[in-house]
Amino acid sequence: MKKWIIPWTGALLLCPSWLWACTGNCGDQWAVLTPRGMIASHEKTLILTALGLMLLVVVPVIVMTFLFAWKYRASNPRADYAPDWDHSTLIEVVVWTIPTLIVAVLGYLVWISSHTLSPYRSIVSKQPPLEVQVVAMDWKWLFIYPEWHIATVNQLVIPTGVPVHFSLTSDAVMSSFFIPQLGGQIYAMAGMKTHLHLIADQPGVFQGYNTQFSGQGFSGMMFETVATSREAFLEWVHQVQTGGLVLDRITFTALEKPSINEPHRLYSLALPDLFDNILSQDTTLRTMTMMSPSPAPMAAIED
Amino acid sequence: MEELIFGRLTLREIPYDNPIIMATLGGSTMLLLCIAFLIWYHGKWSYLWKEWFTSVDHKRIGIMYVVLALIMLLRGFADALLMRTQQALAEGSAQGYLPPDHYNQIFSAHGTIMIIFVAMPFFIGLMNIVVPLQIGARDVAYPFLNSVSFWLTASSAALVMLSLGLGNFSHAGWSGYPPLSEKHYSPGPGVDYWIWGLQLGGVGTLMTGINFFVTILRLRAPGMTLMKMPIFSWTILVTNVLIMLAFPALTVVLALLALDRYAGMHFFTNHGGGNLMLFTNLFWIWGHPEVYIVILPAFGIYSEVAATFSRKRLFGYTSMVYASVAIAMLSFMVWLHHFFTMGAGANVNAFFGIATMIIAIPTGVKVFNWLFTFYRGRIEFTTPVLWTLGFIVTFCIGGMTGVLLAVPGADFELHNSEFLIAHFHNMLIPGALFGYFAGYAYWFPKVFGFKLDEVWGKRAFWLWIVGFYLAFMPLYALGFMGMPRRLLHYDNSHWQPYLVVALGGTLIIFGGILCQILQLTFSIRNRAQLRDETGDPWDGRTLEWSIPSPPPAYNFARIPQIHTRDAFHSMKKQARHAEEVDYEAILLPRSSSLGPIMGGLTFVLGFSLVWYLWWSAILALAGLLGCVIVRSWDEHTEEELSAQEVRAIETALRHPNASVSYAEGLPIQKLTFERHPLP
Repeated sequence: MKKWIIPWTGALLLCPSWLWACTGNCGDQWAVLTPRGMIASHEKTLILTALGLMLLVVVPVIVMTFLFAWKYRASNPRADYAPDWDHSTLIEVVVWTIPTLIVAVLGYLVWISSHTLSPYRSIVSKQPPLEVQVVAMDWKWLFIYPEWHIATVNQLVIPTGVPVHFSLTSDAVMSSFFIPQLGGQIYAMAGMKTHLHLIADQPGVFQGYNTQFSGQGFSGMMFETVATSREAFLEWVHQVQTGGLVLDRITFTALEKPSINEPHRLYSLALPDLFDNILSQDTTLRTMTMMSPSPAPMAAIED
Repeated sequence: MEELIFGRLTLREIPYDNPIIMATLGGSTMLLLCIAFLIWYHGKWSYLWKEWFTSVDHKRIGIMYVVLALIMLLRGFADALLMRTQQALAEGSAQGYLPPDHYNQIFSAHGTIMIIFVAMPFFIGLMNIVVPLQIGARDVAYPFLNSVSFWLTASSAALVMLSLGLGNFSHAGWSGYPPLSEKHYSPGPGVDYWIWGLQLGGVGTLMTGINFFVTILRLRAPGMTLMKMPIFSWTILVTNVLIMLAFPALTVVLALLALDRYAGMHFFTNHGGGNLMLFTNLFWIWGHPEVYIVILPAFGIYSEVAATFSRKRLFGYTSMVYASVAIAMLSFMVWLHHFFTMGAGANVNAFFGIATMIIAIPTGVKVFNWLFTFYRGRIEFTTPVLWTLGFIVTFCIGGMTGVLLAVPGADFELHNSEFLIAHFHNMLIPGALFGYFAGYAYWFPKVFGFKLDEVWGKRAFWLWIVGFYLAFMPLYALGFMGMPRRLLHYDNSHWQPYLVVALGGTLIIFGGILCQILQLTFSIRNRAQLRDETGDPWDGRTLEWSIPSPPPAYNFARIPQIHTRDAFHSMKKQARHAEEVDYEAILLPRSSSLGPIMGGLTFVLGFSLVWYLWWSAILALAGLLGCVIVRSWDEHTEEELSAQEVRAIETALRHPNASVSYAEGLPIQKLTFERHPLP
């Protein structure tokens, strides 16, 4: 049995291949580790910093486990044996202090990062933010660009270098809006409005997901996010505005029916208050103070 | 009229069109019939009823709990295998072999079963068997209530199993978030099966919590102060406090969801002023302590195992106790970390993030204390020790990823992804299940009088641990690739290799489970060689090892006087336990058929509520009330064993030739459970 322990341990420790990926030499498939926007970059740094801090205590513990188990095996008569030894103030102080210190550092990190990376905090930029209203539907995403009077299904197009302010709600069950390469997710809930601020620093096509299970068509409830230059974005907006498909009451009623694996579609918007109507038709009028956006941006994020 | 009689129950509810379900159903029905026939053929039905089903003996109830957990483990694992296979296959144009409706039921059932019907009954079974023995008690505080609790759990497990063949199970995930679980989005009986399975079993668990809380506080042997109590009993005490505080929240949230679904109310609906956030908060106010409810008992087992097999006192007993209590208190202050992404403000998220991390401190202390228990010991690598070492190493990784998820900014990127799946399996499999397996191997000889086969036990361990790493490490990687949980199908070819490896790991775990089945089979077959006649096969330190294995119905002929921690260890050192003692008459609780009858009525109640059979629901409820009334008027709930009978039993038990075991059937019951003249 013993001769098996070492090869197996070696194989197992190699197994988490993401450790290799953390070094950064990895393709875009490692979405969380290959950020393409400022928020996602900060989140990646946060993940790696926290992991590094914890490895400081986790690795020694794992090594100690193997070491102690091996050294104090019953068949080793040379090792000390102290059957009644059950207390050491020094060790107690150390084992309470070390985790406390690590947690204190991490706690500081949590406090700072929870505020800087709050999805409700707007991104400070010379560019005014692009407003996008997001509606989770059974089982597709509807994106409304109120300033441009267009709407899209399962495709999000944004300009690079411009902060995007997403307002989210749901027309059906709870969903979670997530573009890993741009930054963290937020729930979309019926009758409630949540907010998310993201920015794309580089052009590209990034996969977006619903991560909250929402029923039969959940697996197909994905969308692509296209980040392009500002000029290309404006051109695209113009194309959509004049493209032919119109999102009016009838189209929307048809769209509201549950459907699976919807292809992406582009509409010009004939319902200016669509988002607010979806938001309010699902509920009696009530204000969620918790859900309202922060009135003013907090201290700037260092870019 | 038909609706009045049959509710919404029709024959169409049997899923004829799903070959996988029908094959499973056919197979399991055949198996059940075969078992029933074999029991009948050997004429054991009356034995089973008299000695087991109606028994209020905590040891037998404990065994039944563990058997229930092991059976449900097989069901839950089968679900896991189906899911892993589906995800390994369903890439791109391949759709896998499971239709969405079935797949969604499978992962909902997997979660519900593994938490509620595997983890819970497994540790409740172990605590039933061990706690009264460890604290020197003759039974629990409320033996009959204990039987009712078991039968409520068993009948709700049966209800969940029935959903396989009649109607369907919930497809809204094990946490059943509304509005998906509301009637508008889930009109079928599935969510109702889920509600009543959890609700009725939850009532049983709550009663168990009260029972063991009182047992530990009131029935400890004289001299056993709380700080002299074995550490497993301590973690169980803390666990039961958690049960009493947390389970009412589950009861309430399920009742509110049931009111929404049955009475058209609007607690969590999209319309009419409902708010799903109320559900998520209430659910996790139960759900997070629940994690510690299943993990703390395993912590206690690891502590016992580490001390016993290092041949050493437990390092830092006082720290261990305070750490357990601290974990319990903190566990109620962290529930919001399950939904950092719901849009609470930065201050709220930061508070719950930091509170979550603080739990890592007492947990870390426990890990260090186990290590220093091994330090300067004489470690014997028995199966329970392997589970313990495997746990410590693996749990460190799970703890690390858990603290990572407690950072809200990191959670935004990893929430609801395969990373989360990897994390909580990395906590619950080593943190709970490995501990139960260690306890199962450790206390098996106490319960049955013979040890489990070590070779097959070690094979099982190695397959489990290797399988675990292969099954779950790739999921961490998938989380970094952004893969959401619960996907039926995906179009990303980069994910597939990892999912195939995960399936491979699951198959290796399957090998581990097969080894455990073989281990049990071979151990029963070779029980003569594996027999332990001392009652103390491991050179144990706590009271349960001071009495014969299997213990007589009354456990302790004389309740021992306790002077120290590790009471039995010091008794052995002073050679006090072999003294000749004067025996006294013992009052024993009588068996009662009301336990299984109430379980049956509860099953009927749950079934009727699922299918809208109002008349039978009312009858079942009236029947349950009737049982309570009958029991309340019953004045013959105990019987006396005279001092001579106790002396005869003790003499017989301590004579090797008279040693007997449950596996051999009748003699033990003649000796210990009936008041017949002794052979």
